[in-house]
Amino acid sequence: MQTEIVLAGFGGQGILFAGQLLAYAAMDSGKEVTWIPSYGPEMRGGTANCTVIIADEEIGSPTVRNPKAVLAFNLPSLDKYEPMVIQGGVLIANQSLINRQVQRTDIVHVMIPANEIAEEIGDKRLTNMVMLGALLHKLPVLTLEAIEKTLEERLPARRKHLLGLNSQALRRGAEFAQREPAYSV
Amino acid sequence: MARELLEGNMAMAEAAIRAGVQAYFGYPITPQTELLEWMAKRMPELGRAFVQAESEVAAINMVYGAACTGVRVMSSSSSPGVSLMMEGLSYIAGTELPVVLIDVVRGGPGLGNIAPSQGDYNQIVHGGGHGDYHPIVLAPASVQEAVDLVVLAFDLAEKYRSIVVVLADGNIGQMMEPVELPEMQPVERPIPDWAVRGCEGRGRRVLSSIYIKPEEEEVTNLRLLQRWQTVQDNEIRYREYFMDDAEIVVLGYGTAGRIAFSAVRQARAEGIPVGLFRPVSLSPYPYAQVKAIAQRAKAMLVVEMNTGQMLDDVLRAVEGKVPVEFYGRLGGVVPYPDEILDEIRRIARGPISIGVDPRQAWMKRLSQLIMN
Amino acid sequence: MTDATVQVVYSRPKALTDTPTTYCPGCTHGVAHRLIAEVLDEMGIVGKTIGVAPVGCSVFAYNFFECDFVEAAHGRAPAMATGIKRVLPDRIVFTYQGDGDLASIGMAEIMHASARGENITVIFINNAIYGMTGGQMAPTTLPGQKTTSSPLGRDVEQAGFPVRMAEVLATMEGTGYSVRRSLHDPKNVRLAKKAIRTAFEVQKRGLGFSIVELLSTCPTNWGMTPVEALKWVEEHMLPVFPLGDYKVSPAVAEIKI
Repeated sequence: MQTEIVLAGFGGQGILFAGQLLAYAAMDSGKEVTWIPSYGPEMRGGTANCTVIIADEEIGSPTVRNPKAVLAFNLPSLDKYEPMVIQGGVLIANQSLINRQVQRTDIVHVMIPANEIAEEIGDKRLTNMVMLGALLHKLPVLTLEAIEKTLEERLPARRKHLLGLNSQALRRGAEFAQREPAYSV
Repeated sequence: MARELLEGNMAMAEAAIRAGVQAYFGYPITPQTELLEWMAKRMPELGRAFVQAESEVAAINMVYGAACTGVRVMSSSSSPGVSLMMEGLSYIAGTELPVVLIDVVRGGPGLGNIAPSQGDYNQIVHGGGHGDYHPIVLAPASVQEAVDLVVLAFDLAEKYRSIVVVLADGNIGQMMEPVELPEMQPVERPIPDWAVRGCEGRGRRVLSSIYIKPEEEEVTNLRLLQRWQTVQDNEIRYREYFMDDAEIVVLGYGTAGRIAFSAVRQARAEGIPVGLFRPVSLSPYPYAQVKAIAQRAKAMLVVEMNTGQMLDDVLRAVEGKVPVEFYGRLGGVVPYPDEILDEIRRIARGPISIGVDPRQAWMKRLSQLIMN
Repeated sequence: MTDATVQVVYSRPKALTDTPTTYCPGCTHGVAHRLIAEVLDEMGIVGKTIGVAPVGCSVFAYNFFECDFVEAAHGRAPAMATGIKRVLPDRIVFTYQGDGDLASIGMAEIMHASARGENITVIFINNAIYGMTGGQMAPTTLPGQKTTSSPLGRDVEQAGFPVRMAEVLATMEGTGYSVRRSLHDPKNVRLAKKAIRTAFEVQKRGLGFSIVELLSTCPTNWGMTPVEALKWVEEHMLPVFPLGDYKVSPAVAEIKI
């Protein structure tokens, strides 16, 4: 069993961190995991993306053409990755920065106003946690509790006070995804 | 021991530190810079030597000097920087010094790009600096293996007074995976009896790569070759997957090897009798093992992130006994597993013939693929 | 004769090996070697000194000294010395480099060793020509000077101007001591020795990068007798490469020899 998740958006949206959080939580849950960023000049141009693979056995390729899930944090990322999601896979799209609908009907998708939800909670920087919460509801590769436990163990002391907000953001994202009637094959 | 999630570059740096590296000299270059940065932080806090050199030329010559003192020393770089180090590497080889170099290969030639590539196989495995010598070359396919091979590299360098190159690529350097780091080894180690540290209490020593009389250089070249044969006899390393009943055998090293592993596993799920042979020591190369595979396999597929540099070594070992096919992506493009799976399926459908030049045939297929 | 006291007035420094010289007759490399050896003896540091030989005529410098030695790639001696010194900071590490080695192919390495304030000593032999390869133009070749690669004389329009390393390195903050001396007559040889001693003392005290540039002769490639060559240094090199102390840091100035 192997689950591939691509997180894509602008630099500054916490994409790489959200991916690493998934990777840490997977490792802490005793799974095999790889996290690989798309590094390089592309990164300097303001886009950021990474691939996380979570598996029960030795992982081969750290990247795949057709991931099981995509978190598209902005429109260019949706344009690029919507066609790539594997049939029956999951697409979480950040409605706050996307002005079109998801076209695919053979995947599960959630359009979520992640920026607004994050701002409601009190910090726009929680957008990534909202997105992650939505993902984990539709693709329960890890539990929210596992993510929270990892956050608790790995957040540096000076950021420990943000634990509650992070947790709230994860849960708001999951709740939103739960309410959203998901399209599926 | 607890696993830690570490980026390849940092993991390799920490592995070197735990293996007792006493001096590091380097120059920033993507995609290896995090290794240098880790050293910049860790080495001084441990009271060990770190210098950001003015160039890779200077860095490798600092390594050269430090290696003369008989302690564990290293540098790291990426392709264009390693090209600059070739002069120093040749001198190090000629002086018979143990040195570890990590090469995080990127796309080329020239400035190329910073994406993962295996375009420097020939430079590192068959080429290098001027003169007649062989470095030991180890190719990791995961962060854990990179850690393990860095530690091994120091041991082999010392054992054979040899250059050991850990040949990684941008993927290995940039990806994060869980790793178990080795125990911290003491930095105080026995000083070898050839080291130059001041002649107090003994006769003076000179370390040099000069043998101005050709007859003496010939003796030296022969000594290097004899030592190399010992390396060949003892230090072949590789990994095999699904090889027991494999009729089709995929060969790939490093990142290409692990991508091929995904394809092979999927092909197995489809019932195709395919296995993977992943060389870990590229120098010495597992010729005998590849030759043995050629005796029993029906077909072989070499997968690389270059135009078939290792392919030539495979063909040399196979000696025309079995059809060999090739699949490569170039210039920093990393193949997806499905591309290799398609190749395996094609070969499984057969028939493939021995007479066809695998590189020529692949060029046609690749041209169609990338021109679309 | 029976009451005369036997006095040794001249002998080989202990720090010099008994290897017969391989330098050309009249070449001042031998003088420079002897001065270094005398300084190593006087300071009692032969056992803790590591020399770094260059590529060029003095490529075999390691044959002539009783201390440990390594042999660098062309121009890279300061980098190699850096590597040694960083692992063994309590040893004395010196490079011995010619003008092609130091001021041409090794310009980056010497500048940055100085910039880092690398605590090494550099003995720089400037004879305005490439000796080992047979008399080609060096970065220090004088304007108009004929060499095998500037057969009509160094044309500054085409080949640029001589590089004055003692002055250049004096501009670097990492340099504690940068001077130019000459080996063309006994008085200057004595001054050169004092400078070499000072440079090693600078290193011993950890006062930064030290360099002594020595104007030297190359009778063979200049096409002169040894005496003519010494005269040529005085008449032609001194005006282009003035002798002097280009940098003596305040801490270095306090060293009394």
